[in-house]
Amino acid sequence: MTRFNALSLLTNAVTGNRNWTEQWPDSQPKAEYDVIIVGAGGHGLGAAYYLAKEHGITNIAVIEKGWLGGGNTGRNTTIIRSNYLYDESARLYDHSVDLWEGLSQELNYNVMYSRRGVLMLAHNVHDVQSFTRHIHANRLNGVDNRWLTPAECKAYCPPLNIAPDARHPVLGGALQERAGTARHDAVAWGYARGAAARGVDIIQNCPVTAIRRNPDGSVAGVETGKGFIRAKKVGVSAAGHTSVVMQTADVRLPLESYPLQALVSEPVKPVFPCVVMSNTVHAYISQSDKGELVIGSGTDQYTSYSQRGGLPLIEHTVAAICEIFPIFNRMRMLRKWGGIVDVTPDRSAIISKTPVAGLYVNCGWGTGGFKATPGAAHTFAWTIAKDEPHPINAPFTMERFRTGRLIDEAAAAAVAH
Amino acid sequence: MLLIHCPYCDETLPEAEFTYAGQAHIVRARTPSDQTDAEWEEFLFIRENVRGPHFERWRHFHGCGRYFNAVRDTVSDRFLTTYKAGEPRPDLSELEGRA
Repeated sequence: MTRFNALSLLTNAVTGNRNWTEQWPDSQPKAEYDVIIVGAGGHGLGAAYYLAKEHGITNIAVIEKGWLGGGNTGRNTTIIRSNYLYDESARLYDHSVDLWEGLSQELNYNVMYSRRGVLMLAHNVHDVQSFTRHIHANRLNGVDNRWLTPAECKAYCPPLNIAPDARHPVLGGALQERAGTARHDAVAWGYARGAAARGVDIIQNCPVTAIRRNPDGSVAGVETGKGFIRAKKVGVSAAGHTSVVMQTADVRLPLESYPLQALVSEPVKPVFPCVVMSNTVHAYISQSDKGELVIGSGTDQYTSYSQRGGLPLIEHTVAAICEIFPIFNRMRMLRKWGGIVDVTPDRSAIISKTPVAGLYVNCGWGTGGFKATPGAAHTFAWTIAKDEPHPINAPFTMERFRTGRLIDEAAAAAVAH
Repeated sequence: MLLIHCPYCDETLPEAEFTYAGQAHIVRARTPSDQTDAEWEEFLFIRENVRGPHFERWRHFHGCGRYFNAVRDTVSDRFLTTYKAGEPRPDLSELEGRA
């Protein structure tokens, strides 16, 4: 693997870019690993990277049924923020943003993290009260978030319609300036490259069909499309399909999988300087560096594994976007898709040990997993390596649904995930 | 857009008339105070989250307003059948044979 720097870029440029080495090899499985990670998205690859880098465990395989980063890592709207209400969430997401800030340097790979700011619009009195509460809670936790008047919102995001008679009037907004976006594929690629350089095997097009257990109940390994692979520890990071995988180890999780849809427009010149989220009408928008408007909506109402979702939801989202940003009402959309997101009852994630010795799970990210990629991967690696949670993910156990110690971001209202 | 058959109205109508109401055939405990924490967890939070035929509840919200049950394949989103609340759970092998 060649490190990227000014000299290597220049040398390869003048030699016609023919001498670049591969970023990571297409590995075939060995008979046994110390750790197997199920799912080669950002979360799984990141966990393998931190296991290798910070915990000295390099005999690792990351096994993926499709292609690397082809699940929710490649299907989200790339929004990064940490303005969550509760202390536990604020710590976890802010840890993530801390890691995002240095990630390109850390990985020697440009993940294009852009602190362009996330503006969450308030359309009614409830929104105003709720966001004000969030801003105060965030500031107590050292998370930046501040209130903007409608005129300040307009100054920050000129395409915004703040007319008082608008269908969705803007009464103000909560701005997190440290928040922003990143290049979604680059995160998976960067972690894959970093992990592979430390000896991690990345095995694609190889579905994990079952988790096998020893007679004493502990984890034995995984059955895959390429045969049985023995492992001392298994970490599952399979997003919407986590409950399907975990059920084979007799672990039942409080998860439901929903399609979450997004769409992009034709590319246009830079017109949209930040990310705007409108939780009340469930529409999120930013502009990618390629120029496409990236638009996200809420989940479909029914559970599904179809990676498609229904058109009524898209219609609702696009209608709201056109009301809030009339400038876009003649934009043409290029494509839309769905990802399958695993949603917990309290809308907070699970990064946890399980009742099965040697089996760990990182799931339940619902509609907000991308922003958490580095933080989730970092704390999941710690949990696997030390067989106990990092203080940051300690509250995010699966036992909380039995003890009642929920992290109830769902009830915190006006928090889009 | 899903087309859903309401077993009360006996009409097949667009998804927009209906609201989804989660997994079906979850029985509330007759003596709640005897339930253990594990049983409450199971009742409140643990769901089958099936990849394939899923027993679920729907409500004909903008129609008769009544709840009914359905079997839908969560991979294809195709409905195998819908039936009235209180009716027994249909035999899955029979439904798939018919499909």
